[in-house]
Amino acid sequence: MTVRLSRRHFVELAAGSTAALGMSLFKYPEFERLLAQSLQEVPVIWFQGSGCNGCSVSVLNTFPVTIQNLLLTEVVSGKHVSLRVHNTVMAAQGDLAMKALYDTETGPFALVVEGGIPLKDDGFYCEVGEKDGHGIPMTETIARLGPKAIATIAIGTCASSGGISSTPPNIGEVVGVAEFYKQEGITTPVINVPGCPPHPDWFVGTLAQVLMNGPESVEVDEDLRPLAFYGKTIHDQCPRRGSFTANQFAKNFGEPDCLYLLGCKGPVTHADCNIRLWNNKTRWCIEAGAPCIGCAELKFPGHLGPIHEPIDLSKTLDKAAIGIAAAAAVVGVTAAVVTKSSGEKSGH
Amino acid sequence: MGTIVIDPVTRIEGHLKIEVVVENGVVKDAHSSGTLFRGFEMFMKGHNPTDAQHYTQRICGVCPVSHGVTSVLNLDSAFGIADKIPANGRIIRNLIQAGNTIQSHILHFYHLAALDYVDVTAAADYSGSDPGLIKVRDFIGRALAAGNTAMLGPFFPRYEGDYRLPKAINQKAVADYVKALDMRRLAHEMTAIYFGRIPHGPGLVVGGVTQGPTADNIQLYRQKLTVLRDFIDNVYLPDVIAVAEVYADHFEQGFGCGKVLSYGVFDLDSNADLTKRRRFQPQGVANASLSLSAMDPKSITEDVKYSRFSTPSAYPGDGDTKDDPHKTGAYTWLKAPRYKGGVHEVGPMPRMLVAYLSGDAAVKKMVDDTLTHFKAPPSVLFSTLGRHAARALECKLVADAADKWLDELKPGEPFNVPFEIPDEAEGMGLWEAPRGALGHWISIKDKKIDRYQCVVPSTWDCSPRDDKDQPGPIEQSLIGAKVKDEANPFEVVRIVRAYDPCLACAVHLLRPNGDVIGQFRVA
Repeated sequence: MTVRLSRRHFVELAAGSTAALGMSLFKYPEFERLLAQSLQEVPVIWFQGSGCNGCSVSVLNTFPVTIQNLLLTEVVSGKHVSLRVHNTVMAAQGDLAMKALYDTETGPFALVVEGGIPLKDDGFYCEVGEKDGHGIPMTETIARLGPKAIATIAIGTCASSGGISSTPPNIGEVVGVAEFYKQEGITTPVINVPGCPPHPDWFVGTLAQVLMNGPESVEVDEDLRPLAFYGKTIHDQCPRRGSFTANQFAKNFGEPDCLYLLGCKGPVTHADCNIRLWNNKTRWCIEAGAPCIGCAELKFPGHLGPIHEPIDLSKTLDKAAIGIAAAAAVVGVTAAVVTKSSGEKSGH
Repeated sequence: MGTIVIDPVTRIEGHLKIEVVVENGVVKDAHSSGTLFRGFEMFMKGHNPTDAQHYTQRICGVCPVSHGVTSVLNLDSAFGIADKIPANGRIIRNLIQAGNTIQSHILHFYHLAALDYVDVTAAADYSGSDPGLIKVRDFIGRALAAGNTAMLGPFFPRYEGDYRLPKAINQKAVADYVKALDMRRLAHEMTAIYFGRIPHGPGLVVGGVTQGPTADNIQLYRQKLTVLRDFIDNVYLPDVIAVAEVYADHFEQGFGCGKVLSYGVFDLDSNADLTKRRRFQPQGVANASLSLSAMDPKSITEDVKYSRFSTPSAYPGDGDTKDDPHKTGAYTWLKAPRYKGGVHEVGPMPRMLVAYLSGDAAVKKMVDDTLTHFKAPPSVLFSTLGRHAARALECKLVADAADKWLDELKPGEPFNVPFEIPDEAEGMGLWEAPRGALGHWISIKDKKIDRYQCVVPSTWDCSPRDDKDQPGPIEQSLIGAKVKDEANPFEVVRIVRAYDPCLACAVHLLRPNGDVIGQFRVA
């Protein structure tokens, strides 16, 4: 016979029975204190589609707000995230995992989507579970969860715009959540937290704001990204900006000058990596001698051009930069060709 | 007779479905299915070759470093500079990989596998001072106070009925689960020093790495590594041993296909021929009879009889592949990689076994000491607990080695060599992800990617039946397994998780050609 933690057990426990957990609530030191507080639980369903788990791993790295804060304690004072469904960490599996999902969606919950949504073949290219012997496509699940969610956070570039999963020719016909909602007529607000992966602060900070004041309190740009994190370009805040202005460009990896000729996408990338740094303020890409690859942009990567070739700056507001496009052509780093980004956006 | 379908299999990476048929408490048949398709190879065609290492990292957020390193090895060979990588570049690549391997192994044991053995409720009446246990206790207390079991997510619901650890060990394991969340983060911070950030870092390039060693970054890496080595020696390894002692019957579970393969990992020189390059963990093929032989990459093929592709199996393929989602008889998006036509397991246990049989003294001592402790023969390596133990021992092996590699770095010396993209070339990169053998192959035409192929660890381990109807390693491990309670099939998920499946890697494949190998140039 299986033992399940159930409401009945808690009633028994509260009555002093030592069944199941082998403990008595009346000896439980925190019990009265907890009863005296009215704590708020915010159930979260975190659903993964066409992605790589990198966003989840990035959030596991969150600091100083830790993953323990997210899983076990508080994210903001008095508010607990209750991560009911997350494929990578949940104990439940198979039918139990599906049950946890169905039980959670009967009440209010916040929806976090990681990975893109493949539309091809009625969603057959990404199945996320099984019911009555049939695979359940990601499309069907998000179409069902979306309208019920109090808010949706699309974490990562795949969920924001299709990302790498939608790289042309986009075999699985992958779209981001906002585009999927538009097609399905779902009106739940979506906040995009792109990045490949996103910095954990971008996600945790956005989540905290949603928990405190609701999704409508988050100011976003035209790509639905929170301005607090995505308000300025990497280029405008770059410590190598001085060498850019002085036309001093690194021609090989490891040189200290501006990385424009090695393909830096800083001029068109909105993010604050340079002040935030990554992995508990250890490093960030440019500090490690590598160009920004533009991963926080919705066009990343398929519509930003080759990663290590210079971008066309004639479309940016940075008039000073236009003069160096000619310099790019004569540097034989990667047989550089000044690439025009396509201007189209997947997912929008 | 009943069929148990576990879909989704959680606490792995990606989308996996396991279906087993149970008769009189024994698994008679098993099918492993990957349920997501992405199509990386197809969309990389026509790209600048240097895009490859950034694109392929994004195959997997758990092992991006492995794809990154494999990809730059692949390009090193295609660009003709595989033998020119400066020592600093070679060592820093190893250090970037070491950090992620340590991270991945800690994550796997504590946060993916442990919840099948450890009872979280053991923390409910904890009265000591461990901060992690107090957090878990209060977390449970809140749910009790609210009378709402749903608040126990993500730790409940769960399978019930086989949590056997004595209370003290159980509580310690819960405390260590919480501690390990900090430790895996620390391992990633260590990786980020040279990788720039992680997941998906920019610090690897063809010809080496993007930044060199300095006294400062060596010291920073060592500080973090020292904390991790202490955790591995004094927490992780003892926890694995403690769990194994209580669940000793799992040394008899999950035997598998009895054949293993390792490409070898952590370069010790820059020999252009990857089958001759000296590696800290050696290359080789071995089996349960403890015989060892050299690995010939040309003997790798991939079958697709039961896979959702219309490509002809094995090679030589003939051009256009189509994904074929509703192909008759196909049950997965994974192909079936085979070596000389045989089913082979990849991962930490295969790497440790190959090193053991190659006569590596440190590995031999570690493995023999552990086997002596359990009074068990080497054949128990081919089991659920054998796989966990090998992973933990490997974690120590790599962490100890990384400390020595730091001493070999030379600040001020070169850490990369410039490169030029060739008009036409072929390349091959062989390396090991935490989960096992990882191979990338490239063909370049007109300075662009013409073909890019990856054969990844979980495609080996989670593979379906092949053209000869031989089940894959996990399928074979499941067939014959005893299942005590069909409603709570612990044995099945424990067997599967011991392999550490990573499905995002495994389901990305779509090749314009059935031939895995192609011609690669040995400079």
